[in-house]
Amino acid sequence: MTYSNPYQQQWPNQPAPAAPVVAGWDDPNRGGWDTPTAAWSTPPSRARVNQPRSGEHLLDVRDLRVEFGTRDGVAHVVNGVSFHVDPGETLAILGESGSGKSVTAQAVMGILDTPPAVVRSGQVLFGGEDLLTVSADRRRQVRGQEIAMVFQDALSALNPVFPVGWQISEALRSRRGINKADARRRAIELMDMVQIPAAAERVDDYPHQFSGGMRQRVMIAMALAMRPKVLIADEPTTALDVTVQAQIMDLLATLRAELEMALILITHDLGVVADVADRITVMYAGRVVEHADVHTLYAQPAHPYTRGLLASVPRLDHRGHGLHSISGTPPNPAAIPDGCAFHPRCPWAQQVCRMTAPTLVRIGRLDRASACHFPPEALDARLA
Amino acid sequence: MPVLPEPILRVENAVKHYPISRGVLLPKKVGAVKAVDGVSFELRPGETLGLVGESGCGKSTLAKLLMRLETPTAGRAYLKGHDLFRMRAGDLRRLRRSMQMVMQDPYTSLNPRMTVADIVGEPFDIHPEAAPKGNRDQAVRELLDQVGLSPEHANRYPHQFSGGQRQRIGIARALALRPEVIICDEPVSALDVSVQAQVVNLLERLQDELGLAYIFIAHDLSVVRHISDRIAVMYLGRIVETGTSDQVYLRPTHPYTQALLSAVPVPDPTARSRRQIIRLTGDVPSPADPPSGCRFRTRCWKAQPRCASEEPPLSQRAVDPHPSACHYAELHQVIA
Repeated sequence: MTYSNPYQQQWPNQPAPAAPVVAGWDDPNRGGWDTPTAAWSTPPSRARVNQPRSGEHLLDVRDLRVEFGTRDGVAHVVNGVSFHVDPGETLAILGESGSGKSVTAQAVMGILDTPPAVVRSGQVLFGGEDLLTVSADRRRQVRGQEIAMVFQDALSALNPVFPVGWQISEALRSRRGINKADARRRAIELMDMVQIPAAAERVDDYPHQFSGGMRQRVMIAMALAMRPKVLIADEPTTALDVTVQAQIMDLLATLRAELEMALILITHDLGVVADVADRITVMYAGRVVEHADVHTLYAQPAHPYTRGLLASVPRLDHRGHGLHSISGTPPNPAAIPDGCAFHPRCPWAQQVCRMTAPTLVRIGRLDRASACHFPPEALDARLA
Repeated sequence: MPVLPEPILRVENAVKHYPISRGVLLPKKVGAVKAVDGVSFELRPGETLGLVGESGCGKSTLAKLLMRLETPTAGRAYLKGHDLFRMRAGDLRRLRRSMQMVMQDPYTSLNPRMTVADIVGEPFDIHPEAAPKGNRDQAVRELLDQVGLSPEHANRYPHQFSGGQRQRIGIARALALRPEVIICDEPVSALDVSVQAQVVNLLERLQDELGLAYIFIAHDLSVVRHISDRIAVMYLGRIVETGTSDQVYLRPTHPYTQALLSAVPVPDPTARSRRQIIRLTGDVPSPADPPSGCRFRTRCWKAQPRCASEEPPLSQRAVDPHPSACHYAELHQVIA
């Protein structure tokens, strides 16, 4: 029995290769694909993207609201989330399951299933352009090419019946229209870049032949194939062992610095965040409850939820008796409590917390805010 | 020296090999996946033994062996003096009352068609001689109360509960027969951080109240540190280092333990510059074909020719008085 090489054939249901999307991209004289440095040179398509004006952020999400229509009513999953990232920066979005962090990422990527999801309001400004209002074609150009995503479960995110190299270079073939030999060469380069050993021999292997950590590297290579400006990593190391997790986080940090990407790291792990993030946005019940730079957040958490979260992490270097725990469970997005969503679990809760939802207010320095009726000093005073 | 109580569970050289066979009509055994390959340890009443290691090191298989959910290939395991591995079905069932298990995934380990009362009360159907005389509902309600669930929830179904609450149901089921040993296989891995702390605290409280002994399996080294009295570190089906929690965490002598500990993320950004992560290259080798000699040598930065030829025994090393399976064991503090 012979297996046909996918490099020699088309993906099923895919139209025959059209003219290159970008003229001159596959021009052999451009010196493009063969030399890794040249390969990273800005492709011509970038010219079309509006360059951010000074004072603007690379990606600026404002007041994003996402709802899901369910049988039990409308689930308010994302309720007015704002954040921004700049090139070369790592923003961590921290939250437990059900906090809306993954849905936020999917809304930014434009990969939400609509319906059941509905983006109610908000703006996703990428280089000054609101991605929520642009045409589907334009959106498709940005997705993967400018903003790319690494998913949590690499085994289910990869197609089991195609070799990894073929999947890594799929976007290059379909969007840049480069030929198969070049695509294969590019896949090897990308696999080298994410430090997969013996890339040239492994390019034709299938996902099941790789370990969990190597599969995650394949995912990263695939996301980086188009050299995006923003990389969203949704729980990239959750399914991995600590030793492998450390390798993957290192790799992401190195690539972010080398390629001057903005990295949005979505995670529930306070340990991972402390190692790599520059700034942290903490989400609870679809809202941002606190954002701060990483050092401030860990040293002086302002919001009671952040405080509880930090206290409930078991630590290697502190062996104490009894772990602090936050009572109760995160709310169901179809039935978020009135007022502050955290009030049923908050040891500081007062009448005002049950009545009115606190807004995100700036604390002290620029770019640090917390959504609590009580300033951190007041919380400290109540503790004493 | 304080007199230690008699161990309630003693495992000697437990082995589980899964055969690899080729051929359809006349399958021929061509090899074996050595999931657990000679593990020995003791568990004393009321103590917690933490079992840590990367995925594929055999820790869950070991748990299944101890519950006799898998048939061991070799070895012995004595629970209160009776050999678990050589027991017939009837005797085994009676003995199992003393040892119960809490599973990892609270979403798949509870039957969605049974009410909480049925789930928690099912052990009484299987072990009628251990069932409470008289009012069984009362016993179920007490169990639910003991794990922090409202007894009014007894008639609900598992899908009406959150992950943390489901894990409490699993714990209540394990407690029903008043066991002395509970094997917890990654009991908090599927839970959120804030809920994880609740379940860990519950397990600790139950241990104090009921004098339970735990075998606590987890890949999260911080949780294991928090709950365990003694630790065993597994790699490719063998224990490579064991000792008290402080011995293993503060004075690790096996390079694998050191690497594992150094890679644990610390929730403190000021520690970034101080931390030295020992980076292991590559992945765990296949348990079907483990390396000769020391199994860790393919990823070890200290490996010498001797490591390939001679397997290091798990024995006391000069550097610190706890067993470590390394020829070149030396102290290396990784936790500040």
